[in-house]
Amino acid sequence: MLPESRSKTMASQAMKIAALVSVGQHPLSRRERRADQDARAVELALSLSPELPSLIHVGSARNESLRAYLGMGLNNLKVLNADQDVDAVPALASYLGEQALDIVLTGVRAECGEGSGLLPYAVADQLGWPIVPRIVSVVSIAGGYAEVWQALPRGQRRALRVPLPFVASVDPAAEPARQSAFGPAQRGSIDSRPCAAEPDQARANWQQHPAKPRPKRLAVAKGGTAAERMKAATAKPQGQGGQVITEGTDREKAEAILARLVAEGVVR
Amino acid sequence: MSLRIRRNPRLERIRRNRLHPEYESLMAARVSAIGPTGLRRINPHQTGFVMVQGRKRLNRLNPDGVGFAGAGQPGRVQAKEKPLHRVADPLGYVAAVLDLPGGRLSSHDRDVLGLAQQLAQAKDEPHAVLAIALGDVRETDLGGAGADRVIQLNQLHNEPLTGYCPELKRAILNATEQHYQPAFWLFPDSIDGGADLGSRWAVQLGERAAVQAWQVSKETTVCRGGSQLTDWHRPTPRVLLLAPECGAPVEELRHEALPLELTLPEPVSVTIEDLGPVSVDPSQIALSEAEFILAAGNGVRNWDQFHQVATVLGATEGASRVAVDDGYMPRHRQVGASGTWVSAWVYLAVGISGAIQHLQGIGQCETVIAINLDAGCDMVRRADLTVIADSEAVFAELLNLMNERQTGIAPQGVTVHEGEARHVA
Ligand SMILES: Cc1cc2nc3c(=O)[nH]c(=O)nc-3n(C[C@H](O)[C@H](O)[C@H](O)COP(=O)(O)OP(=O)(O)OC[C@H]3O[C@@H](n4cnc5c(N)ncnc54)[C@H](O)[C@@H]3O)c2cc1C
Repeated sequence: MLPESRSKTMASQAMKIAALVSVGQHPLSRRERRADQDARAVELALSLSPELPSLIHVGSARNESLRAYLGMGLNNLKVLNADQDVDAVPALASYLGEQALDIVLTGVRAECGEGSGLLPYAVADQLGWPIVPRIVSVVSIAGGYAEVWQALPRGQRRALRVPLPFVASVDPAAEPARQSAFGPAQRGSIDSRPCAAEPDQARANWQQHPAKPRPKRLAVAKGGTAAERMKAATAKPQGQGGQVITEGTDREKAEAILARLVAEGVVR
Repeated sequence: MSLRIRRNPRLERIRRNRLHPEYESLMAARVSAIGPTGLRRINPHQTGFVMVQGRKRLNRLNPDGVGFAGAGQPGRVQAKEKPLHRVADPLGYVAAVLDLPGGRLSSHDRDVLGLAQQLAQAKDEPHAVLAIALGDVRETDLGGAGADRVIQLNQLHNEPLTGYCPELKRAILNATEQHYQPAFWLFPDSIDGGADLGSRWAVQLGERAAVQAWQVSKETTVCRGGSQLTDWHRPTPRVLLLAPECGAPVEELRHEALPLELTLPEPVSVTIEDLGPVSVDPSQIALSEAEFILAAGNGVRNWDQFHQVATVLGATEGASRVAVDDGYMPRHRQVGASGTWVSAWVYLAVGISGAIQHLQGIGQCETVIAINLDAGCDMVRRADLTVIADSEAVFAELLNLMNERQTGIAPQGVTVHEGEARHVA
């Protein structure tokens, strides 16, 4: 939705942007892949600054699916080496705090594991930065402030102004990520460094199961006589049939439609 | 006259017992009437007897038996007021922070309030459900949805709580926490603001919130993990972000919805500033997300005019499969079973007959308006407002009307309608 030209004009200023990336999972085959929302965050980061954004991952540097991010045209990915079950937040916060960044972008929810979407909030809280959830684009950056657009339901957008530096999560409605190219993905380097991450104590005694299908809620007819309840349960739901306008000139009919559209608030 | 059903248990007992000495005499009092043509007539209002719940029962053994004297008016069902549930002196609270999109309770809000009631009742000491409604509240029946107590604010130190203001809202939650220490904090995990505010609040409390929680009891919670592929079973935390349909909404009882006192927090400095909504080009919005769709079918001939109307009304374009197959519209604009399932607020269907494959796709639309030549087609049955007219002629008039609105020469008719509409809304 962001005019292409506008994001390009901002490219004059060099911004220090980091994108936090995770390992995703294909929803059907469950194969590891780049996470879709994280890839959109990388895409947004690439459009914001002429300087390449830095990519940060907490986990294992040996994971090959991380290379898909490098295939988007980046040279380097930083991995904070840690086990599967560590709490990534303190490690990330202390690393990001040292880096003098302007913007940190993340996805809304991870595709594997707990996927709670709390990580951006926790990281922002530890850094003491503001967090803007579900942005689709950064419209302008000037005077230490950024204007961002946030996704709302039904395709609507809201403009917000935040001071730099800030953390933002990128909505699935943002520009889709570019394809990952194989050659650059193999050439890019993955730097790993150790980090002092603690095991996640809170999650230690949780159990993980494959998702159980949730029961669908049935509409239960209550009250009335037995015959009415029986009818409500078995009858084909008939649209009560709204108002039908047959008579009148075309103009009157058009007026009736327009009045309804105005009453519903879709025509202003 | 009272609508209470007056019963005579003694006569009822006799009537049920054919061996009772008085049975014959009681039944003999009613002879079936013989109509003028010689046919036996039964007065349906006098057959059977009325059970305790007010339901009518027929006695098959005595089909022409009449009701008891003074048995009341069977079949007259009173619109009963639901019983009121009171929590006189709550020892604790379960807080539910509501989204209230557009100022009204969403179904997600009702589910959250329903679950809050379940949790409050599972507690050993009496707990009250505290609904926190921030911003413009147009809902009048919070009690009917399950709120025992309400904190309702639309501004904080002259800062309105409409738009995006999570920091102000968090300050209010903070004040609530200090005064009332709710046992649980429940939020709808929704894009309407609940997920954002709940995450902020969980981080501030230092609590590991349960996100996308869909099965919650006092002790354990089941949450959906990433990509909806895993379930996490865990102890129930204090802060819960609840999935839709996490609990059954309150239906049988009314609740008091008493306002609670809250000492307002100190003014907070706001870092994120809301610059207001952005006007979005409707033709760019994905069909599944669109709020207002103008859809064309086989009954549209003038496609230039159709695109013009969509632009003028500010609608997202949609199409039936026939219009797409004929090449007038791109495939990603097709609505229906083999196209996109839409959830528009208003769906204006022009020249679409309403085949089942198409109606499936618009099942979630709130208001459907149809323009069609055929008053008997299925779309007319689905629509809330139908205009039987030629699509091209109505389009031409719509263009004229919109033109007049924009240039300011509004004719009488439209202004009157508008006034009424606003009055209603
Ligand atoms: C497997 C399968 C999947 C399908 N999936 C889809 C799907 O996803 N989406 C979909 O839409 N269809 C789908 N269909 C097709 C569907 O069954 C219907 O054929 C199609 O929806 C009919 O489109 P229509 O209403 O535009 O055309 P028609 O049925 O031809 O209806 C045209 C309507 O326009 C009215 N009309 C004619 N002239 C005018 C005029 N001048 N002014 C006003 N009104 C006028 C007529 O009275 C009529 O009601 C599917 C079919 C199959 C078999």
